[in-house]
Amino acid sequence: MKPTFKLKINGKAFAVQAHPLERLLDVLREQCGLSGTKEGCGEGECGACSVLLNGELVNSCLVPIAQAAGAAVLTVEGLASKSLSALQKSFLEHGGAQCGICTPGMLIAASALLKTSRRPNEKKVREALAGNLCRCTGYQNIVESVVGAHKESR
Amino acid sequence: MRGTASDYSLVTPKSLCEALTLIQQGAHPLAGGTDLMVLFEAGSLQWKSLVNIAGLKELKGIRFQQDRVELGALTTYTQILEDKKVVSHFPMLAESARLTGAWAIQNRGTLGGNIANASPAADSPPSLLAYDAEITLTSATGDRTIPYVDFHQGYKKTAIREGEIIRSITLPFPRRHSHTYFRKVGTRNAQAISKVVVAGLAHIIGGRLDQFRWAVGSLAPFPKRCRHVEKILWGNRVAKDLIQTACDNLKNDIAPIDDIRSTSTYRMIVARNCLKDFLEQLL
Ligand SMILES: Cc1cc2nc3c(=O)[nH]c(=O)nc-3n(C[C@H](O)[C@H](O)[C@H](O)COP(=O)(O)OP(=O)(O)OC[C@H]3O[C@@H](n4cnc5c(N)ncnc54)[C@H](O)[C@@H]3O)c2cc1C
Ligand code: FES
Ligand code: FES
Repeated sequence: MKPTFKLKINGKAFAVQAHPLERLLDVLREQCGLSGTKEGCGEGECGACSVLLNGELVNSCLVPIAQAAGAAVLTVEGLASKSLSALQKSFLEHGGAQCGICTPGMLIAASALLKTSRRPNEKKVREALAGNLCRCTGYQNIVESVVGAHKESR
Repeated sequence: MRGTASDYSLVTPKSLCEALTLIQQGAHPLAGGTDLMVLFEAGSLQWKSLVNIAGLKELKGIRFQQDRVELGALTTYTQILEDKKVVSHFPMLAESARLTGAWAIQNRGTLGGNIANASPAADSPPSLLAYDAEITLTSATGDRTIPYVDFHQGYKKTAIREGEIIRSITLPFPRRHSHTYFRKVGTRNAQAISKVVVAGLAHIIGGRLDQFRWAVGSLAPFPKRCRHVEKILWGNRVAKDLIQTACDNLKNDIAPIDDIRSTSTYRMIVARNCLKDFLEQLL
């Protein structure tokens, strides 16, 4: 029988049965019904699967569920509340999303940055999002969305 | 195609002792997973029995002693970059960490994993070689420490024996007023595998080089020191013609190849230019 792993996802307790090597990405999408986290490459290159694991930005395609046992996970669903966050509003305002496949990862990577740096400049934003690929926007609008996010929070 | 999880076993041991017993029985360690999970995704992960060493506290932590620092094998790139003392004493190691992958990789990838994976293109080994690090290996029968320069022995061939894993890497503080040089050349600034990576350390006394180490990655089947070049420089006064001689001798130390990332010719030129650049800074 597969072992049970307990973890807290977006503040809610989950107990999932999975093979220890199963990817956190698949557990989130297939067992927890959290399909906001996307799979792009499956090999750590694109960032579409970004989540925060105990507050740290990780690629969930590279994390076996055994390494998330007991951890707190934040997915893009956990960023949403009744009203849009400053970051989400800024993405809308600056046209930071087109097809949307990279967007959950971009939002998670951006929120990892905004936790440590409240008003990051463009250089800092580009560094923080370097592991997140987008084939639509050409990045400029995404960078502007994140740089502009602090204005929304006033 | 991706491997099937049920073809593998992944055990999370409670202690280092338990982990080492499993490893002695033939299991393979999994640390941050940033190399192994890629192999799993590609369907080419050959080790079926895995031990999750990520939680083992004996393999974690950064410890300063009087004249050296010991980095646990599980030290991540982010932990290196967040430690102000490591960054100030070992700027080349910090640069290797800063230029490895992007944030998500830096948060998970470990120094021990980078070394053990032994890619010829890995970014930390040249810095560790230039700092003349030592590496401590541990097994169910005890620890042994060897100079890191003896660790890489051939393409993906290392000094790790059956039943052993890396416990820590120790770096002696460089001498005061040492000069250092680190350069990674890739296709883009972040998340690119190196076409060329170099690290150099020099110390000059009375106008002469009394210490010179030059280590390279992506230029040979394994990360290595350039002994011919070093020998030419060691004990001498840096001057235009000596620089020329050193650069001409680089071809005796390296054997760059053509591959998907670059060509042998390009790599040779870049390697030469980097060496020249460092030596001209010492003029
Ligand atoms: C998108 C992406 C970008 C990357 N960019 C770079 C880059 O720019 N530069 C670079 O150098 N690398 C890069 N890497 C490779 C990788 O991130 C590093 O090599 C990393 O340091 C591996 O560490 P890990 O803990 O994740 O290793 P794992 O994947 O857990 O293990 C790697 C290998 O090391 C062994 N191992 C791990 N720990 C030990 C130990 N303590 N003792 C003995 N064996 C051990 C494992 O058994 C395995 O064979 C990248 C990877 C990805 C996916
Ligand atoms: S799907 Fe995980 S990084 Fe691309
Ligand atoms: S919006 Fe389409 S990939 Fe970024």
